[in-house]
Amino acid sequence: MEITVTVNGKTSTHNVPPRMLLVHYLREVLGLTGTHVGCDTSQCGACVVLKDGISVKSCTVLAVQCDGANIVTVEGLAVNGNLHPVQEGFWEEHGLQCGFCTPGVMMAAYQILQDNPNPSEEEIRAGLEGSLCRCTGYHNIVRAVKYAAEKMKAAPAGQTPTAVAAGSGEAVP
Amino acid sequence: MFPAEFDYTAPATIDEAIRLLQQRDDAKILAGGHSLLPAMKLRLMTPAMLVDIGKIPELRGIEIDGSLRLGAMTTYRMVLDSQAACSRLPILVDSISKIGDKQVRNMGTVGGSLAHADPAADLTAVMLALDARLTARGPNGERTIAIDDFFVDMLMTALDPAELLTRIEIPLPQGRAGTAYAKFAHPASGYAVVGVAALLSLATDGTVQDCRIGVTGAGPKAQRARAAEDALRGQQPTADRLADAAQQAADGLDILGDIFASADYRANLVRVYTRRALEQAAARAG
Repeated sequence: MEITVTVNGKTSTHNVPPRMLLVHYLREVLGLTGTHVGCDTSQCGACVVLKDGISVKSCTVLAVQCDGANIVTVEGLAVNGNLHPVQEGFWEEHGLQCGFCTPGVMMAAYQILQDNPNPSEEEIRAGLEGSLCRCTGYHNIVRAVKYAAEKMKAAPAGQTPTAVAAGSGEAVP
Repeated sequence: MFPAEFDYTAPATIDEAIRLLQQRDDAKILAGGHSLLPAMKLRLMTPAMLVDIGKIPELRGIEIDGSLRLGAMTTYRMVLDSQAACSRLPILVDSISKIGDKQVRNMGTVGGSLAHADPAADLTAVMLALDARLTARGPNGERTIAIDDFFVDMLMTALDPAELLTRIEIPLPQGRAGTAYAKFAHPASGYAVVGVAALLSLATDGTVQDCRIGVTGAGPKAQRARAAEDALRGQQPTADRLADAAQQAADGLDILGDIFASADYRANLVRVYTRRALEQAAARAG
């Protein structure tokens, strides 16, 4: 079935089988391997991406459901080669060890900050309920999200990733 | 994990969806997909065709005046974002905020949960307590189904194969009324081992005028705890009376056991969580 999807600001058309999952479309058709397959049962959150601005587990969405949709993956977060504040937070606060869950956690974190630009530690932890990390115990992840929140408050203009801006028609700062 | 092969179609209107369902008796409706797709990936379900109703705008939306009306494809996130709905019916926050996780609630839909009729779903019990009226459209037009007649058995509802659940209408409790949902969540899955939803409305003299209790997780389908409801009507909702009524909550229910919780243990959970839900509902009734 033919689908036209905008991923990280780039629109393309492909013929995919109906049973292809979004995560496999991203990884195998588009070559965007930043999005990981973890549990493959919608538990772990390694595969989280944004679909029309809302975080979803891409192992539990069909590629054909995304016909006409705007998808943002972890590759779409950086603006002009500069790390997004969420990415910078994980770097500065060492919010990862093995890094397998990190792309999904970052996309979940992005949505947390869109919904609530000034989250408490408790709200960050609650917002990350759909993401499992088996290394860090979450402390540094929470610090990373907190860092991103502070950074985005200081420079709100820089918070819109190229891809989100392209999809919503906003100008990229 | 891939699902088995299937045909896919995404109609733009309800009538087109019904026509497709009539043509193919091996089709299944795809709503939010967060029960169906995992089951298909495990090959527990192998429908030959999916009718995706995610692109039918009229199925999504929330209206509130004398009643709360939810389009069947309204997501959990949309309900939680509705201040008007959540302030009038805090039971929706109790239950929906504990379903799955943030990403699941972004996709999962109210109508999808009810039509799937998972024996451990949360909203089945909530809708029983709230006396919801469901609207379904099929080849012969529209009909209304009372929630008490909707759940038939495990994963089975009163919907005909070519019928589509389109709307859920919840009467808003009037006067002194309170709602609450309490669940013992399975520590791994988060599904209800037992979940109890309660609606209490009080007469002007403070006695219980009406009481509806929905129980999920305990048996093959969501059920009303009628013995406890009857025990409360006409009583003052004191802690003692609520506890006495809760003692009868498992009476007459169809209760199943599994490797995690025996039937006896589940019956006990029904009594304990009924008391908690009733206490919270009574506190909210003020």
